[in-house]
Amino acid sequence: MPVTNVLIAGVGGQGAVLASELLALAAMAAGKDVKQGEFHGVAQRGGAVFSHVRFGDRVHAPMARRGDVDFLLALEKLEALRYAHFVKPGGTVIVNDHKVEPIRVGDQRPYPDDAIEFLKGKGFNVLAVQATEKAVELGNHRTANVVLLGTLAESLDIPLEVWEATLRERIPERLLSLNQRAFAAGRGLSGA
Amino acid sequence: MSGNEAIARGAWEAGVAFAAGYPGTPSTEVLENLAKYKEIHAQWSTNEKVAFDEGVGAALGGARTLVTMKHVGLNVAADPFMVVPYAGTNAGFVVLVADDPGMYSSQNEQDSRYFAKIAKVPLLEPGDAAEAREMIRAAFELSERFETPVMFRTTTRLAHTRGAVETAERQEAARKPFSRKASQYAIPVYARFRRPELEKKLEALREFAESFEGNFVEEGDPKIGVVTHGIPYQYVKEVAPQATVFKLGIIYPLPERRLKEFCARFDTVFVVEESEGFIQGEMAGFGILNVVGKERFTNIGELSADLVAAGLNGTSVPADLSEDVAILPRPPVLCAGCAHRGVFSTLKKLGVLVTGDIGCYTLGCLPPFDAMHTTFCMGASIGNATGFNKAGEDQVVAVIGDSTFLHAGLPSLVSAAYNKVPTTTILLDNGTTGMTGHQEHPGTGHDLKGSPSPAVEYETLIRSLGVQHVEVVDPWDLDATEKAIKSGLAHPGPAVIIARRHCQLLPEEKAKEHTSYTVVPEECVLCEECFETGCPALVWEDDYPHIRQWECVGCAMCARLCPADAIVLASEA
Ligand SMILES: Cc1ncc(C[n+]2csc(CCOP(=O)(O)OP(=O)(O)O)c2C)c(N)n1
Repeated sequence: MPVTNVLIAGVGGQGAVLASELLALAAMAAGKDVKQGEFHGVAQRGGAVFSHVRFGDRVHAPMARRGDVDFLLALEKLEALRYAHFVKPGGTVIVNDHKVEPIRVGDQRPYPDDAIEFLKGKGFNVLAVQATEKAVELGNHRTANVVLLGTLAESLDIPLEVWEATLRERIPERLLSLNQRAFAAGRGLSGA
Repeated sequence: MSGNEAIARGAWEAGVAFAAGYPGTPSTEVLENLAKYKEIHAQWSTNEKVAFDEGVGAALGGARTLVTMKHVGLNVAADPFMVVPYAGTNAGFVVLVADDPGMYSSQNEQDSRYFAKIAKVPLLEPGDAAEAREMIRAAFELSERFETPVMFRTTTRLAHTRGAVETAERQEAARKPFSRKASQYAIPVYARFRRPELEKKLEALREFAESFEGNFVEEGDPKIGVVTHGIPYQYVKEVAPQATVFKLGIIYPLPERRLKEFCARFDTVFVVEESEGFIQGEMAGFGILNVVGKERFTNIGELSADLVAAGLNGTSVPADLSEDVAILPRPPVLCAGCAHRGVFSTLKKLGVLVTGDIGCYTLGCLPPFDAMHTTFCMGASIGNATGFNKAGEDQVVAVIGDSTFLHAGLPSLVSAAYNKVPTTTILLDNGTTGMTGHQEHPGTGHDLKGSPSPAVEYETLIRSLGVQHVEVVDPWDLDATEKAIKSGLAHPGPAVIIARRHCQLLPEEKAKEHTSYTVVPEECVLCEECFETGCPALVWEDDYPHIRQWECVGCAMCARLCPADAIVLASEA
């Protein structure tokens, strides 16, 4: 089985690292060799955060090569652009249709509002998902990460029972049902 | 398990009884995980040198000991690190040092491997989490066999990469009694006698390196030879699975004979190592010159599979899309309600010279504040301020966090008080070590295991140094903050302002009911003054500033800055 490469990107505080941990745990529970290399520098909010999850029969490097990523899961539009060069030609970009303005340090260009169109123009298979809206609707904007993970799950070869068990194992009791609903909602948004 | 979890697990299995350290990304989680084991006494120390000294005592006293720190922490602990090897150790003593190639969360990119060479201690480095767990045990055995501290080096990528790890049960290590031999342990008096012993030990370690199991060769294409280590080994396996690879587990001292034999088999050998050309330099010292290393693999930043492929094949790395689209940088920002915000907004207004320090508050040097003008390393702010004052700058403020103050700020404040320096120090007491993810410290009232501890009383401590002007303010109160800083600056001697409010991300703060503010669009004059807070809860939406209710914690700073009174309590809107 060839290695599947997933890159998860977002803004600090959005839960990109948790999403990648869930994916890594699920892939491991599904019997795959997994490496997950994450960047979590500082505790504060707001910086760019990314994490690679790679799984297959045998995985060496913790981060995928540029042009090798099968799925980019972006919790924010600008962050999708930042890591799009990692995606294979024709690969899938699942992007939260959500904008977080960065603080300006020097670069005064306007925010690239056309990010989704731009990525489509590059030939990627772009799936724009209203994950934050969905999460707010479900009661907590912070579960947008799990909504997106649900969308991604539809394209991966990891059985639903494994996902369910992983959520139960990793998510604290009081947040479990919320996250289960977020995951289910995300699956419904995959268009599949 | 992450690399850090695997190291903690391995150390527990190896019978570690005492562990100490000071937080620092990417080393922090090792100690946090060790603290979960009841058999281990694990503690945060005030700084890395203190942790090291405590570790030396414990190891001489007979307990297997691990001390942990990030690379710059070893600079702080360098004094004992260079001297203790003259004595050696009794029970196993391992020093975990985490380098941060790429400077993801560090102020510099030093390659700490050179420290091992200066101190003449062996250095081991694993290549993934599973190997890390096994190798930490080997480190303890090595330490006891040669009675030497052992340096265990990791990097950010290793520390934070998860992979499958096997586990085993703990094997208790019997406590080894200490024998009181001043001739071995009172180094300044006996250093001359110990010096040749150190050299003998190093010679024995060189011999050990030749047979160490952590070094291995994987046979492959007889034409492609690679010498590598740690995480770069994974990149080599990824991009050149066919190569013949010599993976080093002991980085200092290197197995000279084995490397010579290996390299003699190839026309040229690639040395793939991250950061500086340490291995390459050592090999050159052995007279092994048919190598290609730093010429092809940059010493700046972190390596990657792409960079290793490019170096091996002479190709280039694909570019990102920034040529075609505005990929704006996204630095971290102070959180909504961050206690540091009020201080920097005030300092900006006052326009004074600010020497800074290391922590979340270092973001005060960025827009919209631009209110921190120097920052170097932990504890530097107060000493730097003294220097500026001596150079003729009369309005100087030093800004330092609570954890940083206890780590290395205190001696500088003692010096400032002693020398009667009229600078103002702002101690940002947010009740935690924020930047590294909320560790307890001697000012918080709890220890690493979560049990209550005495909390440093800053006011009493600082007054006892002879600082007469000490004032406490709530940084959410902008008027009081401005008044306090001004009166500190006006004071003819050293002054300390304690800006006290908890980090809003602490669990007990998050659990509180918060008020929140909202913008009344009819009142808003679109002056954008509120954006001067740099608060992430504020966004443009439908052509007006908008406050995200879920982010706002009700600090009211934007409302205070609004000249049109258009920002009001959400409950009253
Ligand atoms: C010698 C050294 N040890 C550890 C670190 C890692 N480190 C960076 S900031 C920081 C602590 C910051 O805590 P505090 O001073 O309380 O400020 P806060 O982040 O809470 O605002 C630490 C431990 C470092 N940079 N240098």
